[in-house]
Amino acid sequence: MDGEVILLDAYASMFGMRLRIALAEKGVKYEYREENLPKKSPFLFQMNPIHKKVPVLIHNGKPICESLIALQYIDEVWHDKNPLLPSDPYKRAQARLWADFVDQKVHILGRKIWSAKGEEQEAAKKEFIEALKVLEGELGEKPYFGGEEFGYVDVALIPFYSWFHAYETCGNFKIGTQCPKFVAWAKRCMQRESVSKSLADPEKVYDFVLILKKHFGVE
Amino acid sequence: MAASDVKLLGARPSPFVNRVQFALNLKSIDHEFIPQNLAEKSELLLKSNPVHKKVPVLIHGDQPISESLVIVQYIDEVWSGPPSLLPSDPYDRATARFWAAYIDEKWFPLVRDLRNATDEQSKAAAVEKLFEGLKLLEDAFVNSSNGKGFFGGEKLGYLDIVLGCYLGWVRAGEIFTGLKILDETKTPALVGWAERFASHKAVDGVIPEPEELVNLIKMFQARAAAAAADASTK
Repeated sequence: MDGEVILLDAYASMFGMRLRIALAEKGVKYEYREENLPKKSPFLFQMNPIHKKVPVLIHNGKPICESLIALQYIDEVWHDKNPLLPSDPYKRAQARLWADFVDQKVHILGRKIWSAKGEEQEAAKKEFIEALKVLEGELGEKPYFGGEEFGYVDVALIPFYSWFHAYETCGNFKIGTQCPKFVAWAKRCMQRESVSKSLADPEKVYDFVLILKKHFGVE
Repeated sequence: MAASDVKLLGARPSPFVNRVQFALNLKSIDHEFIPQNLAEKSELLLKSNPVHKKVPVLIHGDQPISESLVIVQYIDEVWSGPPSLLPSDPYDRATARFWAAYIDEKWFPLVRDLRNATDEQSKAAAVEKLFEGLKLLEDAFVNSSNGKGFFGGEKLGYLDIVLGCYLGWVRAGEIFTGLKILDETKTPALVGWAERFASHKAVDGVIPEPEELVNLIKMFQARAAAAAADASTK
């Protein structure tokens, strides 16, 4: 049996979306608990004392923090349905590397787009598009980063698509026209129920970004 | 498998390279070590790791794998016989991966901060932060080792090599600043672990001597000072 599964999350969190997608792909029943970010609950501090962040996957009372670690955990525990990581070790290594690239580039540059100004913001916008183009190159002619099957890198990356509207509005630029292959891939992923039901509404993501900007004192 | 089938592009003082060397030694994998000049990167390195252009890179057959934690997991999966590096239970694996990420992303940068600290006050502040991190790692060690000598239990495992690769730089940081980082009065379990780790045969000879690393620190600092002086006089 699945055991007791709780997902401590926040609606607009792209990292939380990764786990929502994975749990849906595996058909796992779980309890969703929303954190009212930027305020953090005592329960969150108890479950993730070191980083104090969402998402936290709690399986039979034991917390797993950091979304890519929790993603691998979900894939290993519920390994018989819709495997996310490939079985070949070299392809697994490549998948891990690209997921890491998403965290190091797409996430960090995206955050700068909404939180920085002037030259720093312009540089972030430029590097963000470059990073998406590198990903387009890696995708090539494949339907998914996983090849024929939707997989680990697709799950790691697709949540950021729900943040594009916020990035475009804050950065006053268009992403889709510069990266049409990326958008085509994203739309293909959105056809999966696990994705369309897990991704946040882009308008609500933008509202969340406005709350964050106020909280961090960014104009 | 012939040694030429497994190549490691690396640089001896890099703890990330050392980490991969530990894994190769633990699994008794024959390999060729190809030292890299990081100031002038070779064609092979740039071709094998075009995205990050960094060491270590493991080349298995003709397939390159980069990023030390990814390489170690790859080695564990391809050469899956004993000893296993990662635990077999999924929750224990997630815990090991969590601490590996913490060590690389949060803890080791504090050692670098200590190396870069110029006055006594900032050195003391850096050491204080290091101790806070080490207390967490002390608890992680006690939980993970189950009364045995290593994070992996009776044998060296993933977390042992993830943390152990930094021991040379930790010792160099202690020599350079005159301050203790691994202190038996504060983190006795980790001090005991560090001694056992350093004397393990898979580790022997891999990490450069602390004195060599101290010289490197002095060289980096001199270069940084020269660059700063240069910039301020332009």
